[in-house]
Amino acid sequence: MSVTTVFGSIDSFKKGGVEITGNEDARDYLFSNMFEVAGNAAPWERTVIAKNLENTIECIRAEGDSPWYICNHDETALLMQGSMEVRFIQPADSGLAPPEEKQGSVKLAGQPEGRAMGHVNATRGHLVLLPAGAAYQFRAQELSVILLQTIQGDESVENWAEICQH
Amino acid sequence: MAATAEQINELPVLTGAHRESEPHPTNGYKRFEIGSFTFTRDEYFTRIQCPTSTHVMDVENFLRSLMRDVAWGFFYGWVNFDEVFGTVNNYGTVDVFMGAYNQGYKDSGTDFTERFEAGVLLACFRSLLSDWTNAGFDPFAAPLETGSARGPKNGNNDEAVNFQRELAERFVGLPGDSPIRSDENGRPVNRQFADVDQSEPEVHAEPGFEGQLAGFNLFRYLSRSPVTWNPSIVSVVRSSAYCPTSEEHILPVDHGNDRVEWFIQMSDEITWKVADKNTAAPMSVVTMKAGDVACMPADIRHRGFSPKRSMLLVWENLTPGLEKRYADGELPPVPATF
Repeated sequence: MSVTTVFGSIDSFKKGGVEITGNEDARDYLFSNMFEVAGNAAPWERTVIAKNLENTIECIRAEGDSPWYICNHDETALLMQGSMEVRFIQPADSGLAPPEEKQGSVKLAGQPEGRAMGHVNATRGHLVLLPAGAAYQFRAQELSVILLQTIQGDESVENWAEICQH
Repeated sequence: MAATAEQINELPVLTGAHRESEPHPTNGYKRFEIGSFTFTRDEYFTRIQCPTSTHVMDVENFLRSLMRDVAWGFFYGWVNFDEVFGTVNNYGTVDVFMGAYNQGYKDSGTDFTERFEAGVLLACFRSLLSDWTNAGFDPFAAPLETGSARGPKNGNNDEAVNFQRELAERFVGLPGDSPIRSDENGRPVNRQFADVDQSEPEVHAEPGFEGQLAGFNLFRYLSRSPVTWNPSIVSVVRSSAYCPTSEEHILPVDHGNDRVEWFIQMSDEITWKVADKNTAAPMSVVTMKAGDVACMPADIRHRGFSPKRSMLLVWENLTPGLEKRYADGELPPVPATF
């Protein structure tokens, strides 16, 4: 008998939910759906969908070319829908890298000068390392959804009341 | 009298090695004793005895629970084998309890807890697993994939019970780190993920940057997991750890959180029954479909039900000492409010 593994997308997802059976509040579960979040987001907006102290998972609606970013710690990008290229540059100006105490990624004014490090082509389910100190840009070949494993920073947007069941 | 939280906090740490009997003359299984606890099994059941009570569990459920407890190194916080028996990880020592987080036992004063040095308890549980797991039964496998643990002693399955979790230190596939799964390293595609795309990302590193760029197909990786309800670690960003796992049938334990954790449902569906960590009183039912995201607060216990093998991303915070900050009330059990 054949099996079908069910994945979601912005155009095709079914959302579960929280049913309270005791003395509790559904808001405590911060329940959301990443495809619903991405469907309502602006391109490249980084919506926090999970938070654990300073650590975050951020949902990105990917369309076209993103700005360039740099971060002083590793991040990862998990592609949950679509396809993308991730380009990496080692900046010639070491001053572009955020200071050690700065958490989360920083948006750059444009493509930095420096040595091309290479690129990664990814499709659904692929997890890509965004190494510390490397400037990076996403280029989405179609409407895509990215989950970013990172630390809360300047680009992180919290919209819990809008995205969560309550 | 039921033990108070203060009394539990001051429990002495038992360091004595466990004791094993000769094999039972009829069913062939050894009896195991550690501290005041005695574990025996027959053809169907596990019997756990402590000074205040006796508890009986189906032997297959017991072995599936014990397998996770051992493989996870007692995990984060509470591992409830059922509503009565379980362990609490104190990170260096482990509490073994009977009824200590069950309101009925607490009310009647029949709850019981002893604290062990983690290494001696682990040695006891490993030896018990080896002796009680028959050939043909894999406590890590989904029920449709394995035989039965029932009946008299019949060989062993040490290869299964000694399975090691795969724990990346930074990122799967980087030089020297945890490898990508493949047929060649003994990780074939599971029958329930036969339709999952097996392509890998194209990583093009320029000269001089080889080994600095990395990517792998997480869905392919999970499609090749030989076990259920047993998270690996695939990427670590400071204290943030991605711990994906493939799930089928029932999580054998109620995991009681000592910190916040998050679930990201990547495929298919899991239903979670959530209960109060201390009393086991029902709190909620959380149904998660592909793309759903939910927090498990630091004050609950949860058990998952996955009707088809599914892909779950468990997201953990590895910061040392978090359990104490939550227990002391320094950190709230829910990570964001609105």
